[in-house]
Amino acid sequence: MDNSHIQQSFYEKTARNRIASIVDKNSFQEVLKPGSIPVSPNLASLDIVGSFDDGVIIGQAKIQNEPVYMIAQEGKFMGGAVGEIHGAKIVGMLLKAIEEKPKAIIFLVDSGGVRLHEANAGLITISEIMRAMLKVRNAGIPIITVIGGTNGAFGGMGICACLSTHVIMTEEGRLALSGPEVIETIKGVEEFDSKDRALVWRVTGGKTRYLLDHVDFLVEDDIEDIKQGIVEALQQPAVDLDLDYLQQQQAALQSQYDQWFGEKDSIPIWQSMNIDNPESISMLSAQQIRAIKKG
Amino acid sequence: MQMKTILEALFPNELEYHIDNSMIRGSADTKLGKVEIIGTVDSAAMNQLIAMTLANEILDVIAKGQKTPIVFIVDTMGQDSSRADELLCLNRTFAHLASCVDLLRRSAHPNIAIVLGEAVSGGFLSYGLMANQVFAMQSSQVKVMDLNAMSRVTKIPLDKLKSLSQTSAIFAPGVENYYAMGAVDDIWKELDGHLVENALESQLIHIDDFLTDDRRQVAEERKGRLLCNEIVQSVLTA
Repeated sequence: MDNSHIQQSFYEKTARNRIASIVDKNSFQEVLKPGSIPVSPNLASLDIVGSFDDGVIIGQAKIQNEPVYMIAQEGKFMGGAVGEIHGAKIVGMLLKAIEEKPKAIIFLVDSGGVRLHEANAGLITISEIMRAMLKVRNAGIPIITVIGGTNGAFGGMGICACLSTHVIMTEEGRLALSGPEVIETIKGVEEFDSKDRALVWRVTGGKTRYLLDHVDFLVEDDIEDIKQGIVEALQQPAVDLDLDYLQQQQAALQSQYDQWFGEKDSIPIWQSMNIDNPESISMLSAQQIRAIKKG
Repeated sequence: MQMKTILEALFPNELEYHIDNSMIRGSADTKLGKVEIIGTVDSAAMNQLIAMTLANEILDVIAKGQKTPIVFIVDTMGQDSSRADELLCLNRTFAHLASCVDLLRRSAHPNIAIVLGEAVSGGFLSYGLMANQVFAMQSSQVKVMDLNAMSRVTKIPLDKLKSLSQTSAIFAPGVENYYAMGAVDDIWKELDGHLVENALESQLIHIDDFLTDDRRQVAEERKGRLLCNEIVQSVLTA
């Protein structure tokens, strides 16, 4: 990795700035620009001030001169959660890709899942996103998801993220279904102490997800590193979601379950993978972790 | 109504099933021949084991190559919330299960989901909502969370939520709201032995149509979600 550049954090940027920093200069063209769609009436009826983009920015751009579609969730607006308009913008962009066949869809996920203020609409639109993502993949268009924002990818967006062709994570990114706070509320602090940040990252963070093959790419929280991950993912062939492939996935899930289910921390799992000094994993860079996995 | 009574009313012929770890696996005879029954019971908390087992059963039915119809039974309180399940990426196993239902649909197996008891959030997303059609018992509970919990999390007074839910289908629990929003095809009030086989048979005539997700158009017609279809259309024409 070239370390001569100045690190630019993806985590700290807004969704718009994330798009601008990843795509070719001035190539981004937003679809449904601010002002062209209504501000959520569902939020207004609850006396909540909506946002002109409902927390997600969509559009066309180029990366290394290849046409791509961009979808970026704004974690600063309602935790990037998915409501009716937010979800419909994502579904629209996915379906548009099937018609216009860009090289790929780049999905910058930053979301806690369903927006509870629009709970039913949020849940159903996540189901619509899931079906649309599968349809995009079945049309041979790869979806490259990046998880490295403040809200990670939880709830229904955690499921959606795993329907992507490739997932790129930073260590700071988190990926799971129920968030640690939710588990703590339901099952108690002994089950999951959500204030134990190190534990939260060992259970849901990018290094665990990468070492356990839950995602394919681990990168630093750095725009250049993320860009390089995207470019690498763009070069990989799309996988067909056919019976053979899903049977292989089934076997892989079963094997992880048989080996490790019941563990409550990743350290014993890393130990059983013969990783030296598993306690030191949290100190290592993404590059060092990649080297461990490659053996 | 008890699950056993409901199943016997819906599948009058050759019904066989067993229940294990809150999962049901069985079959019945219909005018289309044998149909497979796969799903959850007893308000199952969906965990790694359940999601993996359901996915495996679906793949086995597809692998037989007979295009056998599947009836999914949905009774889930949502995902199990545990550190052990999350450590092995429960959301990924749910995504795998959803992909298996998608393959089933693409492989032209007629399929429906029947909500018997509860259908809650992640548990519902991973298979019930992926089926070609969803039917729900009138007595079933479909929701993300109840209004008390929603009031606590969103800090919106319960009274306000209760009064708004009289006029809006957007957030309050209830099978009628999910019908209005296009996620439930029909609510079954009176049960008889032809509901399931008729639904599956009518799918056969236009099985490919189910590959197009029309829930947003249905939601617009039923006035449950007023904006989503319009927004998707404006993206498509942009």
